[in-house]
Amino acid sequence: MQPITQLIAKHDLIVAFLFVGIVMYVSFWFSKRILRGKIPGAAIAITAGLVIAYFGGKKGIADFPLFAGMAVLGGSMMRDFSIVSTAMGASMSEIRKTGWFGIISLVLGISTSFFIGGLIGYFMGYHELKSIATIGAGACTFIVGPVTGNAIGASSDVIAISIAIGVIKSVMVTILTPIIAKRIGLDNPQTAMIYGGLIGTTSGVAAGLAATDPKLVPYGALTATFYTGLACLLCPSVLYFILNLLVGV
Amino acid sequence: MKIYGVAVLAACFIAGQLIGDLLGMIFRFEGNIGGVGFGMLLLILLGDYMKKKNWTDHESESGIYFWSGMYIPVVVAMSSIQNVKAALSGGWAALIVGVVATGCCFLLIPLVSKFSKSTENK
Repeated sequence: MQPITQLIAKHDLIVAFLFVGIVMYVSFWFSKRILRGKIPGAAIAITAGLVIAYFGGKKGIADFPLFAGMAVLGGSMMRDFSIVSTAMGASMSEIRKTGWFGIISLVLGISTSFFIGGLIGYFMGYHELKSIATIGAGACTFIVGPVTGNAIGASSDVIAISIAIGVIKSVMVTILTPIIAKRIGLDNPQTAMIYGGLIGTTSGVAAGLAATDPKLVPYGALTATFYTGLACLLCPSVLYFILNLLVGV
Repeated sequence: MKIYGVAVLAACFIAGQLIGDLLGMIFRFEGNIGGVGFGMLLLILLGDYMKKKNWTDHESESGIYFWSGMYIPVVVAMSSIQNVKAALSGGWAALIVGVVATGCCFLLIPLVSKFSKSTENK
């Protein structure tokens, strides 16, 4: 056993290629043969990834040394690099068409998540201004929550909850997007850009669109990648200030 | 050569990250604002420009398409390294906030999209 584990640990990224390849193959086979194409193979593969992550810990399956390479392959550098590459083949005229609505949907998406999230947090028993804001920020993405919480000095358990909210959002978006895509008219570049701006969580948007229609990925990802940065900017400043006025304590 | 395409992609990526970092510094926010988005815009613009100048060839383009083909596998790897346990252990508060807030955003999509289409027709 020892030589094999050593071999795997030494070549962790290559092992990750092999492992993901197997997961993809099994998922696409399952989608085609068992589900007769009703749920796309990519959606199954991504959901399978989430299920696999459950067996791990903080870093999902990458917590096991055998699968450490998954953290490289699925890390932010590779993710961002491959997201940028999808822009090849996207059309500038489609992006221009949506332009302003992309920006409007970003601001609308961030404030909706922040205030609705905060409001529910309030009803769930979090009455302190800092906690409400952190929970609202968590409803944006799992990065915005802790960034906002740290900026305004929220307690660590509230920050942990805000991360959990963000992860739940990301998981939900991944699984729900291909299922409700038709109902919300998500079948063209324009709507994909608005969707990316309103939903924001890059991993969820990217995964959800990949499972719905890979052609839409660049459009949704383009707006979604501005979301986290903009939300980290707005939540602890302007939105926190407005919340302060609204709650009025 | 394929590496030319990959190199162009890498250049756009790095330039985009640089812009994102600069924006972050300007707004005094520790981090990157839209670096990936700027990288994508650069790749689209550069791709258009190079096509017009006839600088591209199928072989170097395929270097970029390889990476966009790797996109779904990378996302699968990414979902397998999420802290799913923490998401489930956040309890009811986290679950309800996450589900309701996300649901509201989903409901907004057809609204904004309809609005954008109606203004376009005018």
